[in-house]
Amino acid sequence: MAALPQKQISRLPAWLLPVICLAAAIALPFVVPVYYVQFTSKVLILGVLAMALNLVVGQGGLVSLCHAAFFGLSGYVLALMSPKYDAASLLLTLPAAVLAASFAALVIGALALRTRGVYFIMVTLAFGEMLFYLFHDADFAGGSDGAFINVKPELTIAGVRLLDLDKPLTFYFVVLAVTVAAIALLVTVVRSPFGHALAAARDNERRARALGFPIFRIRLIAFVLSGALAGVAGYLAAVQFGFVAPQMLGWHQSATVLVMVLIGGLSTVTGPLIGALALLGLEEVLKATLEQWKLAEGLIVIAIVLLLPNGVRQLWPMLFGDAQPKPARGKQTTPAPTPAPETGHA
Amino acid sequence: MPELALRAERLGKNFGGVRAVADLSIEIKRGEIHAVIGPNGAGKSTLINLLSGELAASTGEIRLGDTEITGLAPDKRARAGIGRAFQKTTIFPRFTVHENVRLAAQARSRAPLRMFGGASADPEVQSRTMQAIGKAGLAGREAIVANVLSHGEQRQLEIAMVLATGPSIILLDEPLAGMGQAEARGIIALIASLRAHHAVLIVEHDMDAVFELADKLTVMQDGQVIASGLPEDVRRHPAVRAAYLGNHGDAA
Repeated sequence: MAALPQKQISRLPAWLLPVICLAAAIALPFVVPVYYVQFTSKVLILGVLAMALNLVVGQGGLVSLCHAAFFGLSGYVLALMSPKYDAASLLLTLPAAVLAASFAALVIGALALRTRGVYFIMVTLAFGEMLFYLFHDADFAGGSDGAFINVKPELTIAGVRLLDLDKPLTFYFVVLAVTVAAIALLVTVVRSPFGHALAAARDNERRARALGFPIFRIRLIAFVLSGALAGVAGYLAAVQFGFVAPQMLGWHQSATVLVMVLIGGLSTVTGPLIGALALLGLEEVLKATLEQWKLAEGLIVIAIVLLLPNGVRQLWPMLFGDAQPKPARGKQTTPAPTPAPETGHA
Repeated sequence: MPELALRAERLGKNFGGVRAVADLSIEIKRGEIHAVIGPNGAGKSTLINLLSGELAASTGEIRLGDTEITGLAPDKRARAGIGRAFQKTTIFPRFTVHENVRLAAQARSRAPLRMFGGASADPEVQSRTMQAIGKAGLAGREAIVANVLSHGEQRQLEIAMVLATGPSIILLDEPLAGMGQAEARGIIALIASLRAHHAVLIVEHDMDAVFELADKLTVMQDGQVIASGLPEDVRRHPAVRAAYLGNHGDAA
């Protein structure tokens, strides 16, 4: 197969690849069967969840294991607000679901962000499990059986139905629009002074505080924003499947999304979206070919994490652009400076 | 008479049963370099941590200008006007020189946590960034990633970051530690230049540098001040000679 010369590809403008991806995503429903449209919707929804998680993991340096709780809680809010035989209003249920996820993130973040490192991970895990068991054991939301959304929400203004999310094509384009909006929002935040302050707190909390940055407030804002975005993804997931179950809130779901983040790479906004595509695509292929597909999936994920510490995005420059693979975050890229000695004791 | 930048009165810090700092009072004036010396374990770094807010004082009061700051967190003290360089150089190693200093300038800007618009969009932040880089002698090194700078340049960068926050007082904890002679000369000159617009408190073990820089000298031992005043007076103080300086004063 003839490949484009490396230099030629590396000279391509930076905007070209996103535009090609967007054009392909728009064209996709017209060239593939409905099953793959629904599969892509699922990838995009979990990609939004993974990108939301990466705001606190990659940019903030905080490994959260409760983001599935915001995802699932939002879905449950939709299920609980949906009439049994009528469509719920999207204008009413979406803000309510996102607000609930944001509030949960505010409460959990306000408590969990007082801890650091492994304690933060454990506290977020504990809060996630608390919400899981709340919905698992309580009857109001169907208990362990979950709850159905019989009629999917719709956007109706002045009696005119503008969006019917029951149609796979409409739903797909709504999900695509939400994904593009989420990417735009996250890129804006990451490049803003707030995003730089968040990264500064991740890289050197002591220095950031000594400069005058309110670390707790910065991290809490990022956590709530991330939780809200996870809520948007959870709402769309509940709409897609017409069903919510406690498993949506469980630690297993949180860990799966964390794997997507790791596979896609922590260092970019869209890396986790690629991670979601890679993991779900891999599952699709393995399920169709192997009985012990989970075992094979685990081995492949381990191999990716070990060989591509910056995620599968790293393959692009390795194959086409910069021949040198980018090193993992935090690793020294250049000759070490004279080490700063720790001397003196007062 | 020079304006009083910072005053601590009867400051104390206990770690369990250990008194790290006891009944310590100190005044630092604008335009003055005030050096604190003492043997290891004297409580010098604890003093800096108490003034910057990293440690909460067990007793006493700290005033920055006319404002009491004793109960404020480190970030609030920084915004009030206390700049600090750490004993171990503390920068953002993966950011460039410019990004490091810009972050510092951003921390004191009108909207430090703005979520929209690029981080370089504020002209005031940019201007303060370039001024601080210039003052610290790092002009032309803006695009270098901080972790490849030499130890001396990293120290300069840390001071540039402190300057970009527009502090009224700068706390320097052993700024010459681990430096060669040539690097140390540059940092000494830089510290001397800070006197023009700031109050400076410096903790340092290099006695030649201390006597070259200090307008006022405080000597600590076992968490307490044993002498304070003009360097020449302190140098002759019998308790100081016995406790710390030895014959250095005669040799100097």
